[in-house]
Amino acid sequence: MSTVEVQHVAKTFIDHLPVLQVVIPLISAPLIVFIGNRKLAWLLAMAASATAFVMACLLLAQVKDGSYISYHIGGWAPPLGIEYRIDALNALVLMLISGIGTIVLPYAYNSVNAEIPKRHHTLFYALYMLCLTGLLGMVSTGDAFNVFVFLEISSLSTYVLVAMGAGKDTRALTAAYDYLIMGTIGATFFVIGLGLLYMATGTLNMADIADRIAEQGTNRTVQAAFAFIVVGMGLKAAMYPLHHWLPNAYTYAPSAVTAFLAATATKAAIYVLLRFMFSVFNPGFHFEDWTLYLIFIPFSLLAMFAASFVAVFQSDLKRMLAFSSIAQIGYMLIGIAMLNATGLSASIVHMVNHGITKATLFLGVGAMVMYSKTSFFDNLNGLGRKMPFTGAAMVAAGLSLIGIPGTAGFISKWVLVQAAFENGWWFIAVAIMLSSLLAVVYVWRMFEVLYLTAPDEGCTATDPPLPMLIPMLILAGACIWFGFDTELTLGSARVAAEGLLAGSAGMAH
Amino acid sequence: MERLSDWAFIVGHLNYWMFIILMMTGLYIVVARGNLVKKIVGLNIFQTSVFMLYISIGKVTGGTAPIYPVDMQGNLQVDPSIVYSNPLPHVLILTAIVVGIATTSLALALIIRIREVYETIEEDDILKIERELSAKDYKEHGPAMGGRA
Amino acid sequence: MDTSTALYLTMLIPTVAMAGNMVFAARENLRDGITFICAVLTFACVLVILCNVGNGTTGTFALFEVVSGLSIAFHVEPLGLMFAMIASGLWIITHIYGVGYMRGNNEQHHARFFACFSIAIAAVMGIAFASNMFTLFVFYEILTLSTYPLVAHKGTPEAVKGARTYLGILIGTSIVLLLTGVIWTFNVAGTLDFTKGGILEGKIAPTLLPILLGLYAFGIGKAALMPFHRWLPAAMVAPTPVSALLHAVAVVKAGVFTMLKVGIYIFGIDFLASTGASEWLMWLAAYTIIAASVVAMTKDNLKARLAYSTVSQLSYITLGMALATSMGALGGGMHIAMHAMGKITLFMCAGSIYVAYHKTEISQMQGLGRIMPITFGAFFIGALSIIGLPPLGGSWPKFLLMLGAADAGHLIIIVVLMASSLLNIAYLLPIVGRGFFRPVTDNKLPKTYAEAPLLVWLPPAITAAGCIILFFYAGSIQNFLAPIVENTP
Repeated sequence: MSTVEVQHVAKTFIDHLPVLQVVIPLISAPLIVFIGNRKLAWLLAMAASATAFVMACLLLAQVKDGSYISYHIGGWAPPLGIEYRIDALNALVLMLISGIGTIVLPYAYNSVNAEIPKRHHTLFYALYMLCLTGLLGMVSTGDAFNVFVFLEISSLSTYVLVAMGAGKDTRALTAAYDYLIMGTIGATFFVIGLGLLYMATGTLNMADIADRIAEQGTNRTVQAAFAFIVVGMGLKAAMYPLHHWLPNAYTYAPSAVTAFLAATATKAAIYVLLRFMFSVFNPGFHFEDWTLYLIFIPFSLLAMFAASFVAVFQSDLKRMLAFSSIAQIGYMLIGIAMLNATGLSASIVHMVNHGITKATLFLGVGAMVMYSKTSFFDNLNGLGRKMPFTGAAMVAAGLSLIGIPGTAGFISKWVLVQAAFENGWWFIAVAIMLSSLLAVVYVWRMFEVLYLTAPDEGCTATDPPLPMLIPMLILAGACIWFGFDTELTLGSARVAAEGLLAGSAGMAH
Repeated sequence: MERLSDWAFIVGHLNYWMFIILMMTGLYIVVARGNLVKKIVGLNIFQTSVFMLYISIGKVTGGTAPIYPVDMQGNLQVDPSIVYSNPLPHVLILTAIVVGIATTSLALALIIRIREVYETIEEDDILKIERELSAKDYKEHGPAMGGRA
Repeated sequence: MDTSTALYLTMLIPTVAMAGNMVFAARENLRDGITFICAVLTFACVLVILCNVGNGTTGTFALFEVVSGLSIAFHVEPLGLMFAMIASGLWIITHIYGVGYMRGNNEQHHARFFACFSIAIAAVMGIAFASNMFTLFVFYEILTLSTYPLVAHKGTPEAVKGARTYLGILIGTSIVLLLTGVIWTFNVAGTLDFTKGGILEGKIAPTLLPILLGLYAFGIGKAALMPFHRWLPAAMVAPTPVSALLHAVAVVKAGVFTMLKVGIYIFGIDFLASTGASEWLMWLAAYTIIAASVVAMTKDNLKARLAYSTVSQLSYITLGMALATSMGALGGGMHIAMHAMGKITLFMCAGSIYVAYHKTEISQMQGLGRIMPITFGAFFIGALSIIGLPPLGGSWPKFLLMLGAADAGHLIIIVVLMASSLLNIAYLLPIVGRGFFRPVTDNKLPKTYAEAPLLVWLPPAITAAGCIILFFYAGSIQNFLAPIVENTP
C-alpha cells in the first residue's frame, strides 16, 4: 500500500480540509441561531453543507489510490494530539453523508414549512447542521474518544429532530424518548469499551491502539472492550435485535429528517464498527472471528428475513421502508462477516447505494405526504399517476431496493453474493437471494398502490415544487447511474476494503 | 493462602465492583421503572458508573494531583520523585459529564412535552394511549391493505 | 452503415419510439405513426447487420465496464441475429395489429401501452445481441419489468392478480436461481463472455454441473419449464397484441433463446454431451411437452389453450439444447423462428375474434369460421404449422429434433415428439372444425361474411402466409444457423 507522507504542519488550504469539513457545519449552527431569519438560516445551512460536500469530494480524490491523509489538530502530533485520518473508506462515507445532507436541504425548505411550526425553523436548521457535524466528525476522526464526542453531538441533535415531528403525530415524542434511552445506552456502552481499551493500551489514538494490541496480543480486557464497542455501535446501527428504536423514529420524524437519517446515521455507525473491528482490533484477532461467525451471521440472516417479513405486512409506507432499512443493514453486516475483501467492499458499497436509495424513497414519500397528510397506503392510492415525476423517482429507487439489474442495489447484491461464493457459503448466497424476494413483495405492494389503484375522486395531487422534485430526481438518477458506473462507488469500496483487511498495518504511521 | 489471594483479588478490584453494581442498578431502573423521569434517573446512574470507571483507572498508587509545583516567580519546580495520577481519564470524563447533562436536560424537556400531550408520564398509560392510536389507524387504514400483502 | 452503429440503433430506435409515445400521448395518429416508422427502421437496421455480417460472428462491441470483468457488451452471432430479425419483423406486423386492436376494442391508456411495448422490444434487441451473460441478464430483467405494465394494463383485479403471478414467478426465478447461477459461473470461470464451446469445461466438478444447469434451466423462468410455467397462462389477461408479440415471440423466445445461448456458449454442447449433465433436463422438457399439451386440451378459453400450447412448444427448444447434439441445438434454434410465426398467427386470430364478437371461449365459436373465413383460415394454417405438418414451416424443426434425438440415442424422445404432434392436432384442429362445420348457435351473430376490421385481420393473414414461405426457406435458415454448432458432433 502506498502511503503519502503528509507534513505535520498543515501549510495550504487543502491540507486543512479534513478538519474544515467538520468545523464549517459546526460554526454554521450557532450562526444560524443568531441570524434567526429562516431564509438566511436555510441559505447558510445550504452553503455550509455544500462546502462540506465539495471538501469531501476533494478528500476522496486525494485518497482514492489507497493512500491516507493524517491531519494533526493544532499541530499536536499523535498519539498525544488528536489526529484526523482520512482514507478511502471514510472519504467515501463522508461524501455520502455530506452529499445527502446537501441534497436534502433544498427539499427540506418546503417540507419543513409544511410540517414544523414556523418558530422552530431556525432551530431546525441549526440542529440539522449539528447532526451533520456529528456524523462527519465521527467518520473523519482518528481518535477513539473523539468518536464518542461526535457521536453524542449527532445523537442529541437527532433526538430533537425526530421529536420535531410532533406537530404531525404526537408519537414522535415518545419515539424520540425511546431513541434517546436506547441511544444513550448504546453510546455509554461504547464509552465503557473505550475505557477498557484505554486501560489495556494507555492510548486513545486508533492507530496507536492498533499497534499496541498487535504488539501485546489480546487479553480479557481487550476482549471485553471489543464486546462493549460492538454492542454499543450495534445499537446505533440498528443491528437486528437492537433495532427497536428505528421504526418509530423513522416513521414519525419529519420527512426531510427521515430521509437524511435513513441515509446517513446508521451508515456512520456501521463505519465506526468497521473501523474498530478491522483497523483497531486486528482482523486476525482470533476472538473476532468467533464473534463474526457466531453473532453476525445469524443476526444478519434474522434481520434479512424477519424485518423484511414484517415490512411486507405494514400498512404505513414510511414504516415499511423503516423495516426494510433494518433488513438492509443485515446485508451490510453479513458482508462484514464474510471477512474477505469482496464481502467488505460489498458492505461498503451497499452503505452508499442503500443510502442513496432509501433517501430517494423517503423523499418521495415525504412529497406524497405533503398532499395526503399520512403515509398510510390507502391514502396514497394512485398518487404515482398523479405525481408522475415523484412516482418515477420512487420506481427507480424501489427497483434499486430490490436489486434489479441496472440499479445501484444490483451492484451491491452482486458483489455480496460473489463474496459468499468466494467463501463457499452456498447457504448464505441462496438466503440473500431469497430475502430479496421479500423485498420484491413489499416494493411491489408500494408500486401497486401508487399505480394500479385508482386515485380518490377529486384528487388534486400534483408533483411538488421544483426544489423538492430536483433532489429526488438527482438521487433517483444516482440510483441508476451507480448501477452502471461503479468506478466511484465500488472502486473506492474495493480500495477501502483492502485497507481494512490490512488491519492495523492500514493504520500504521 | 489460596483464599487470601482470592480476597486480595476481590478487594483489589473494588472500583470495578462498584462500577458493575452501579451500572447494573442503572440499567435495571431504565428497564424496570415505568415512570419516564425515573428512567432518566436510572440512565444517570448508569452513566455515572462509567464516570467512576474512568476516574478510578486514572489513579496511580501513591500519586498526587497532577499539578506541577510552581515557585514564587512562576517557574516550574519539576521533581521527578513525585508520582502523579493520570489526568487524561479525568479530562475525558469531563466531556462525558457534559454530554450526560445535555442528555438529561433534553430528556426532561421531552418528558415535559410528553406530559403536555399525553397528560401522563407513566409508560404504561402512554403505551395504552398509543396502542389505541395504532388500533384506530389500523381500523381506518389497515383493512384496505388486507388483500394486498 | 457499419455494424456497431446499426446494432446500437436497434436498441435506440425503440427507445425513441417510447419517448415519442410519451411526448405525443394525446395525438394518437402521430404517435402510432412514429412507432410504425421506428419499427420499420429497427427492422431495417437488423437487415443492415444481416447484410454486413451474414452468418458470421463479429467481435465484441463493449459499451462500458460496470464492474471489472463485467461489461455491457454486444456482438452479432447467427442465433441472436435470427432472433432479432424475428422480433423486429414481427413488431411491425404486431404494431399494425395493435393499433387496430386497441382502437377497435376501445382500450385505455394507448400511449403507456405502446411506450412499454417499445421498451420491451429494445430489451429484446439487447438480449439478442448480448455478448455476455451479464448483459443478457440486465436486458432480461428490463424485459420482465417493461412487460409488467402491459400485463396489468386493464387494471382490473384479475389483471392485477395475473400480473402479480407473472412478475412474481419471473422476477423470483431470475433473482433466486438465475442470478445465483450467473454469479456462480462468474466465480468459477472468471468470465461470462459467450464463447463457442463454453467457458466451464474443466472449471467445475462434473457432479455440480447438473445443479448449475438446474439453476439456469429453472432460473430462466421465461422458458416456462414446468413447474415454473404458471406465469404464462396468468399473463393472458393482457390485451391480445401483448400476448401475440410478447408471449408468443419476444418474452418466451427470449427465455428459450437464453436457454440455447447458455447451453451452447456457457456450458458448451460437447461438454454437456460428455458429462451427461443435461439428461435430466431432457426428460423434464419431454414431460413438459406432454403435460402442457394435455392441460391445453382441458382449456375452453382460447387464449389459455394457446398459452399451454406455448408452454409445450417452448420445451421443444429446451429439449433441443438438452439433447446436447448439434442437430438438436439446430432444431431448437430453428423452432424459435417457426414457432414464433405460427403462434403469433394463432394469437392474432384469437384477438381478431375477440375484437369482432367478444368471444373468448372455444365453445362459443360455433360457426364463426363461416362469418370470419380469413381469420379462421389463418388460424388453420398457423395450427398446422404448430402441429408440424408439411408444407408448413413447423415441420422442419420437429424433423431436426427427431434426428437429434436419434443421434443422442434416445428413441423415447422421438416417441414423445410424435405423441405431442397428435396432441396438438387434438387440441388445435377442433377449434377450426367447430368454426367451419358447426352451425351458428348464437343469434346475435351476423348471418353472412363479416370480418374484423382490416388492421386486425390482415396481420394474421400475413403471418400465416409467412408460415408457408418459411417451409421453403428452412434450408437457408439451417445453413444460416449452422456455424453455432460447427465442430460439434
